[in-house]
Amino acid sequence: MAETVLELDDLTIRFKLKRGELTAVNGVSFKVKRGETFGLVGESGSGKTVTARSIMRLVPTPPGEIVRGKVLFEGDSVYDKSDQEMREMRGKKVAMVFQEPMSALNPVFTVGDQIGDALRTNLGMTKQEANERVVELLQLVGIPSPASRLDSYVHEFSGGMRQRVMLAMALSCDPTFLIADEPTTALDVTIQAVILDLITQMIDRFGMSLIFITHNLGVVAHACDTIGVMYASHIVELGDKRELFKNPQHPYTQGLLNSIPRLDQQSKYLTPIKGLVCNMMSPPTGCKFHPRCDHAMDVCRKEIPQLKEVAPGHFAACHLHN
Amino acid sequence: MTENILEVQGLTKHFMLDNDTVSRIAGKTRTLKAVDGIDFFIKRGETLGLVGESGCGKSTTARLITRLVEPSAGNVMLEGENILDFNRSQMQDVRKKVQLVFQDPYSSLNPRKTIMQILSRPLEVHNLATTWSEKRHRVLELLGLVGLAEEHADRYPHEFSGGQRQRIAIARALAVSPELIIGDEPVSALDVSIQAQILNLFRDLQEKFSLTYLFIAHDLSVIRHISDRVAVMYVGKIVEAGGVEDIFERPQHPYTKALLEAVPEADPDKPPPHLVLKGEVATPIDPPPGCRLCARCPLADDYCAEVSPELRDTGDGRYVACHKV
Ligand SMILES: Nc1ncnc2c1ncn2[C@@H]1O[C@H](COP(=O)(O)OP(=O)(O)OP(=O)(O)O)[C@@H](O)[C@H]1O
Ligand SMILES: Nc1ncnc2c1ncn2[C@@H]1O[C@H](COP(=O)(O)OP(=O)(O)O)[C@@H](O)[C@H]1O
Ligand code: SF4
Ligand code: SF4
Ligand SMILES: [Mg+2]
Ligand SMILES: [Mg+2]
Repeated sequence: MAETVLELDDLTIRFKLKRGELTAVNGVSFKVKRGETFGLVGESGSGKTVTARSIMRLVPTPPGEIVRGKVLFEGDSVYDKSDQEMREMRGKKVAMVFQEPMSALNPVFTVGDQIGDALRTNLGMTKQEANERVVELLQLVGIPSPASRLDSYVHEFSGGMRQRVMLAMALSCDPTFLIADEPTTALDVTIQAVILDLITQMIDRFGMSLIFITHNLGVVAHACDTIGVMYASHIVELGDKRELFKNPQHPYTQGLLNSIPRLDQQSKYLTPIKGLVCNMMSPPTGCKFHPRCDHAMDVCRKEIPQLKEVAPGHFAACHLHN
Repeated sequence: MTENILEVQGLTKHFMLDNDTVSRIAGKTRTLKAVDGIDFFIKRGETLGLVGESGCGKSTTARLITRLVEPSAGNVMLEGENILDFNRSQMQDVRKKVQLVFQDPYSSLNPRKTIMQILSRPLEVHNLATTWSEKRHRVLELLGLVGLAEEHADRYPHEFSGGQRQRIAIARALAVSPELIIGDEPVSALDVSIQAQILNLFRDLQEKFSLTYLFIAHDLSVIRHISDRVAVMYVGKIVEAGGVEDIFERPQHPYTKALLEAVPEADPDKPPPHLVLKGEVATPIDPPPGCRLCARCPLADDYCAEVSPELRDTGDGRYVACHKV
């Protein structure tokens, strides 16, 4: 069995806002092994991005605060690293592709300078070496005639090409761990297919581990090995992709899978989850899913269910499994 | 029932880009062909799904049909009459028959108005209710229809979630008892669990009020679910149209085929998404002559690069625009 590269243990992150407090990530624990693709799915606002950013120590504090828990990368606590060690980790080992490519790319630098800059500071390359490497990287991510693109600005690129530039930048320092936050959500399906294929190739080629965040269950069904389902700041179900899709154990996961319209058949009505998305400023007590759950019992309104192993390697946080 | 409630003929919208940097540097006006001569019809009581990638002209089509944007050419025949010839008061009638629901439930509702005020407005504009109690009565009825409660009437839009706001937008469209509702990506911004609720609501209302829908989406599984017939758009053109089963089970146009293969299905045992098309989506700005798919199409030849294929009737209610079909 491959070694564990990343481990989140009971990670809990709170935001102190003017309007009140909000726990965005609540007792989240999971492990990612070398070469593994871990998919994080869940509704908007469920805490996926905050979880991902916390690994890189990119959650703004304040207003954020790590209340409990730890993040271990290659066995070392990320939150105990010095600034120097943190720069090393960000520059050379872990890279992140963000939800919004434009917010992560600088509009006033050319594509060549933007990617090359990181190469010169992190790997000490000369301008000439960096340029050659940038051309190589742009080629790798499928940008046509890359050499002629060095002097382009990102706004001259389409959404799909910007996402490729982001990916090239993320790959520039040969990371062993990639965190991709909705890298294809803003893209059209035909371009999404290209980017997904590209990411899969990179993983196979370089033995990278990947955390893939998305709310598209179709994407995780094909791009991931293991899946964590988040609902209102908690991981409610965790397990092997096939197991999770074929044998979902948490009522929220079951509801989610039933809600998706299907491509291969038409039905008159869908089976939605009743009720509203959880308000994170005033979440319900006990299991946060209870107001929407058809199986809710008294205990569900009182106690937060903990993740329990329901089958080998398959975990669910639900009182039905007690 | 074969009557066409709406028929669109040669509908075209070209935006002249004369003021942007590129055009100024080039010293000439460029033309963005957002919608470039499209034909389709919608039968009374059915749902036509319009699907295509971002920027292909779906929203512009919706705006042209409602004359929120004036077409450059073409006809929009509503119940046999060309609404482009209509005057102001005739258009008022059109607005009672045709209603739009937008994608963004956040920006389409006035934040300073209560739900009561928002839903009363169309009743006032079209003289459908005069007294306060008439309006109140109708608003509460509308809220009930879309699954909201009386207590919601006096709240403001920001107090509602995305799915609830979309319900309010649907209630507003229903206020004038329209015949045709155009939904411009009305479920695209919603989480899957909520999206399913709203799709069911669309179905219920269609049944209850014999509504006709033009339903725009970029998600193919949503289109499959809601549509009776489907039109597929690519860079300002309709490339294929036909019954939902035909389009999904027996696609004919290379673009429709590629689109269907590229969708990752939420089932790990289904084949993974597969890419047939290379390169980026073509630009609608001064597009070269010939087929818009030419640079990406595996079947393209010299003729495709020169001559743009027309949308042809291939029988059995199917229409395809490709030289190789
Ligand atoms: N900097 C911040 N300050 C205050 N609250 C924040 C901040 N960042 C995130 N939050 C809150 O934390 C919660 C989780 O947010 P997060 O961005 O992780 O959601 P997500 O699962 O990534 O959603 P989406 O699918 O919309 O991207 C939300 O309620 C959000 O409003
Ligand atoms: N007012 C406008 N001026 C210039 N270009 C426009 C305008 N409105 C839309 N467009 C362009 O027309 C094309 C089609 O847009 P749109 O109909 O919004 O696409 P879709 O709804 O399919 O995503 C796009 O290239 C868009 O940028
Ligand atoms: S703990 Fe209770 S409310 Fe929560 S998902 Fe399980 S059965 Fe439903
Ligand atoms: S006309 Fe030619 S380029 Fe266009 S879709 Fe058909 S085969 Fe492809
Ligand atoms: Mg996010
Ligand atoms: Mg649009």
